[in-house]
Amino acid sequence: MTEKKWPETWQEVNPGCIVFTPGSARSYLTGSWRAQKPIWDNTKCIKCGLCYLFCPEGCITEDAEGYFSADLDYCKGCGVCAHECWPRAIKMVEEG
Amino acid sequence: MSKRIGMEIAFAAAETVALCRPDVIAAYPITPNTHIPEHLSDIVAEGRLDAEFICVESEHSALSACAGAAGAGARVFTATSSQGLLFMQEIMPIVSAMRLPVVMAIGNRALSGPINIWNDHSDIMVQRDMGWVSLFAANGQETVDMVVQAFKIGEHRDVMLPVNVNLDGFQLTHVVEPIWMPDQREIDRFLPPYEPFASLHPDHPLSMGTLGVPEIYNEVMMGRNVALVKSKKVILDVWKEWEALFGRRYKPIESYEAEGAEVLLLTMGSLSETAEVAIDELRREGVAAGLLKLRLWRPFPFEELREAVEGVKVVAVADRACSIGGPGGPVFAEVRSALYGEPERPIVVNFMIGIGGRDVMVEDFKNMVKKAARMKHVPAECAYEIYGVRGS
Repeated sequence: MTEKKWPETWQEVNPGCIVFTPGSARSYLTGSWRAQKPIWDNTKCIKCGLCYLFCPEGCITEDAEGYFSADLDYCKGCGVCAHECWPRAIKMVEEG
Repeated sequence: MSKRIGMEIAFAAAETVALCRPDVIAAYPITPNTHIPEHLSDIVAEGRLDAEFICVESEHSALSACAGAAGAGARVFTATSSQGLLFMQEIMPIVSAMRLPVVMAIGNRALSGPINIWNDHSDIMVQRDMGWVSLFAANGQETVDMVVQAFKIGEHRDVMLPVNVNLDGFQLTHVVEPIWMPDQREIDRFLPPYEPFASLHPDHPLSMGTLGVPEIYNEVMMGRNVALVKSKKVILDVWKEWEALFGRRYKPIESYEAEGAEVLLLTMGSLSETAEVAIDELRREGVAAGLLKLRLWRPFPFEELREAVEGVKVVAVADRACSIGGPGGPVFAEVRSALYGEPERPIVVNFMIGIGGRDVMVEDFKNMVKKAARMKHVPAECAYEIYGVRGS
């Protein structure tokens, strides 16, 4: 069954817009907002983890070798990681 | 058993709130409501009420604390006046949108400026569209009764909305009146413990106050509006139950000497009692005048109003607030709009009186009625008058 994105009628909205499912934001893929995606150049990456710390979406993870990448299901393409990356290892690249 | 005592109305309101067993009270002092939370803090300090009294640093924080506590399933109470209520404004619509049954007493006071601590209704009128149930008390007894009713109405599963009880600053808050005070057993019988629809607890996580994107906002607004409109049924039921238990009747609009009246005055709050005296005198003089006392401001009692003015030639609405640059006072605008679609409707005129605490005498009401009775046709923009202005 596909989950409904919006309640179809006003009667279906919970009183006070209360959301009874914890962590339901996870099912909302903010990656669909993205116009640019971050691409890491691991030859420049010094593994400082600033991108990981600054990502407002919390979608950047560290791999076994200590390099970083974004989960594109949630990455909105805001570019904060690229802006903060002082060795300039992250480039924002147009989608499509 | 209820006991008839003489007590300052603000204190009586506080004693009544305590009988309702609130879990949390958060308030910041501002004249003229101050005696209500001040006395409540005494009651808590004396150990007569097991509640958390939060001394916040502002009204904004007071209502925010109430919202948080109500979200956690607490029965909460706050009180304020004037600029304090305006400072709560940011939180006012949030509380109603989150469907939290916060109860607030408002010691109605004029807005600054010029700075003025006296009574009128301009503070609550700013909050008209915030989605709260809004009740107006005419005296100490009504204040006490409405405080209890407010919890029952707001917490009802078909309502789940905040309720404000308006009592005129000084004219009511600071006046000592004989009041039938209910006792704890009576209140416990009338008002069961609060059972929230949902509450914040780590054992059963849920989210309140979430984002409402454009795709959902209209539907949410519809739900809020329907809830407030439909709350009238619950209010009427609660009032019926109150009457059965305590013998005091409440109606959204109460008529006084309205039978056969050609001119009806319409008032809200404490002025109603002065207006009654004026109507008595007018009737003795042979003037067919009557009075409507509006107790329920939101949801607005459209049906009851139309019924109450049937066959009447002129309705003179006494407003205690101005809609500056608008159609007249807010109550007047509502009344005229409610009657606009009626095939036969009275002329509706508006006197803005008692603003910023200006005294309104019996003679003033008689003048207004007589002036209104003479009006045959009133152009839309000339239907209101700020009464008693020197030099006009």
